[in-house]
Amino acid sequence: MRILVLAGRRLAASIPTLVLILIGVFLLLQFAPGDTVDAMMAQMGGGDAATARELRRFYGLDLSVWAQLGNYLWRLVRFDLGFSAIYGKPVATVIAERLPATILLMTASLSLAFFFGLILGVVAARGVNRWPDTLISTLGLVFYAMPTFWFGLMAIVVFAIYLQWLPAGGFEDITIAHAGLSRILDIAQHLVLPTLTLGLFYMAIYLRIMRGSMLEVLNLDFVRTARAKGMDETRVVVRHVLRNALLPMVTLIGLQAGTMLGGSVVVESVFSLPGLGRLAYESVVQRDLNTLLGIVFVSALLVIAVNFIVDLLYARLDPRITTGA
Amino acid sequence: MDMTRRAALLTSAAIAANVLNPMRSFAQATPRKGGVFTVHYGAEQRQLNPSLQASTGVYIIGGKIQEQLVDLDAAGQPVGVLAESWEAAPDGKTITFKLRKGVSWHDGKPFTSADVQFTAMEMWKKILNYGTTLQLFLTAVDTPDPLTAVFRYERPMPLALLLRALPDLGYISPRHLYEGKGDIRQNPVNLAPIGTGPFKFVTYERGQHVIADRNADYWRPNAPYLDRIVWRVVTDRAAAAAQMEAGQIHYSPFSGLTISDSARLAKDPRFIVSTKGNEGNARTNTVEFNFRRKELADIRVRQAIAHALDIPFFIENFLGDFAKRGTGPVPSVSTDFYPADNGPQYPFDKKLAAKLLDEAGFKAGAGGTRFSLRLLPAPWGEDISLFATFIQQSLSEVGIKVEVVRTDGGGFLKQVYDDHAFDLATGWHQYRNDPAVSTTVWYRSGQPKGAPWTNQWDWTDPVIDKIIDDAATEVDVAKRKALYGDFVRRANTEIPIWTPIEQIFLTVINAKARNHSNTPRWGSSSWHDLWLAE
Repeated sequence: MRILVLAGRRLAASIPTLVLILIGVFLLLQFAPGDTVDAMMAQMGGGDAATARELRRFYGLDLSVWAQLGNYLWRLVRFDLGFSAIYGKPVATVIAERLPATILLMTASLSLAFFFGLILGVVAARGVNRWPDTLISTLGLVFYAMPTFWFGLMAIVVFAIYLQWLPAGGFEDITIAHAGLSRILDIAQHLVLPTLTLGLFYMAIYLRIMRGSMLEVLNLDFVRTARAKGMDETRVVVRHVLRNALLPMVTLIGLQAGTMLGGSVVVESVFSLPGLGRLAYESVVQRDLNTLLGIVFVSALLVIAVNFIVDLLYARLDPRITTGA
Repeated sequence: MDMTRRAALLTSAAIAANVLNPMRSFAQATPRKGGVFTVHYGAEQRQLNPSLQASTGVYIIGGKIQEQLVDLDAAGQPVGVLAESWEAAPDGKTITFKLRKGVSWHDGKPFTSADVQFTAMEMWKKILNYGTTLQLFLTAVDTPDPLTAVFRYERPMPLALLLRALPDLGYISPRHLYEGKGDIRQNPVNLAPIGTGPFKFVTYERGQHVIADRNADYWRPNAPYLDRIVWRVVTDRAAAAAQMEAGQIHYSPFSGLTISDSARLAKDPRFIVSTKGNEGNARTNTVEFNFRRKELADIRVRQAIAHALDIPFFIENFLGDFAKRGTGPVPSVSTDFYPADNGPQYPFDKKLAAKLLDEAGFKAGAGGTRFSLRLLPAPWGEDISLFATFIQQSLSEVGIKVEVVRTDGGGFLKQVYDDHAFDLATGWHQYRNDPAVSTTVWYRSGQPKGAPWTNQWDWTDPVIDKIIDDAATEVDVAKRKALYGDFVRRANTEIPIWTPIEQIFLTVINAKARNHSNTPRWGSSSWHDLWLAE
């Protein structure tokens, strides 16, 4: 119960932050030269001044910046994210259309990164400074240093062009209509390469963190006690060390769930996936303020939600956190 | 950048072979019915209706679903699509179109002159970019019967101009789905178009794909051949090239791939890389001068800058066979208007450039610098970005320091054409088959502030204004051509903008495609005769 009160207080505290972020993004975008009508003109290849004037009125850009901001916040209070200039649909609908692909990609690659980062980190820590550790650490460094767009393109060249095992891009096969299980398999097939590309980078970070954290915990007194009790090494690692070593990993997940939403622009572009990252990028280029603010809003909500879950996990992993608070 | 350059050099020969041997794509064979044709769709637009937005990004999809009154044939001459014939009154103020019989919309309703009337008055005249200028003096469209549309103009409208403009600015929309349905711009039909064309719209998943299927009731007999067209949204150019190699995409239009990938695929027998079929979409690279800078208001400085650029060197090393030297605002592919004499051409001459700058009174100061300029390159293509760097390096050799300021599309248009916060700008001038459509606005004075791709240079020339105005209402074909010759020579003499490079978009297409690239605006055309070999 106590943890819920705490989390509730946190949630309440994040509302002013959210409002500040939205106002900040709104004002920041005002500094970018050009508005959505300029961007539209660029896309159309030109038009006359009367058309532009008419369009500005249509998008409500003839009002002052403060009036626009006021309008936006007033709409937000009523849970209305507004109308997207580039999509001609309510922003909520546009984002809802893009969310599944993003969340699928994000959870798939985060799970991959977390799972293998954990295992490889533990293996490396147990064989510290011997060959498994050297091999794993080197691999980690390679994945970490490699730019994701390059890794993605190379993966396409090898697996889609030469071997022809996997599709080169897209979310699902559109030349043939799939349904039910075959559709799920088809989407899964399309997500293999993007998940690997995005996941391996994060896995490299996790395995370094896990390795370091394991090594630290292994030297603590209670581990020596456990060993002195005569427990075998596997039991010591799984029951005593792992649980404590997991805390920094969980923290990191909470932090990175947010960056992964925006950080997947590159992967989404390379693999032609319809995700939120690309939508955000497009909204900036097209100066579609409503859509961009909508994405910021939804991302912020998502980060708050993930951090809430992380708080709960903390309590589960280390009971001292609840009682101590 | 070095890679691009080397790749372009190494493979320019291979591309030349393809350009010179376009017949490869027209191998004689019996057309095969069926197949799914996949197209690279690089930049999603806000809508798909070509009656409301004139741009290749709309034509590439909407042009298969909706049709226009007139298109261009293989020889680049107007040919009727929804119009069967046309006739202009001697005074040029009335143009009558006889419409095709037995054509129906995809929802089954018949196509009539009422659709033409509504589209012309409510869409072309009020909303369509460039259409609003073209149809400025259109007062009414009369419909004496369902198959006759009479366009009435306040001032003479040259028939040749209208027929040149209509392939792009003459798409018809269904009146019954727009009239009385609220704001035309917000009509949901704009994103799920209904037309008379060979393909019927099926679905549009934003960020993923657009699908259109064969229209079984199409008015042309035995057309179309394809079962389905799928446009795949791929924003990353390198990824699009990879998908072409993997067979997921058949066609990448309008220079959609990088120069190096296009050059690489040109050597691959599975693909055809060519400029053919894009002659109607010619463009020139520009150097735009801001006369608010006193240095640039001096004609000798503009001449010096033109002389300082070694254009043949740039083309040979960076663009390969994709481009050639430009001669003025009217590109050489425009058979109807390209003049025999283009006026002064400013060949590369560094000494002359330095001499002109000295004469203008801008002597080299400390460190050899005469003055500094801000150059804004448009973000539309990698050639512009390369050209900006080339301008910067070339001008530093004659003592002009150039700062290149890179920005995105909206920012570029705002800073150049509205805020006038530039000294030099470089981008593309798109030529649309007749100088009156979108070329003369670059030179005519009195353009409203903020209108992109117009004369925002603070330059007024009564001579060119008169030529432009005379040509716009001249109904005699030969006299119009002569006037535009005067226009080109005047433009090249005064050079408010310099157009040193001429380019045509590059097509990369799978060799299985047949009957492709057979008209000057093929990428935008309806593809009713396109088919895929096994």
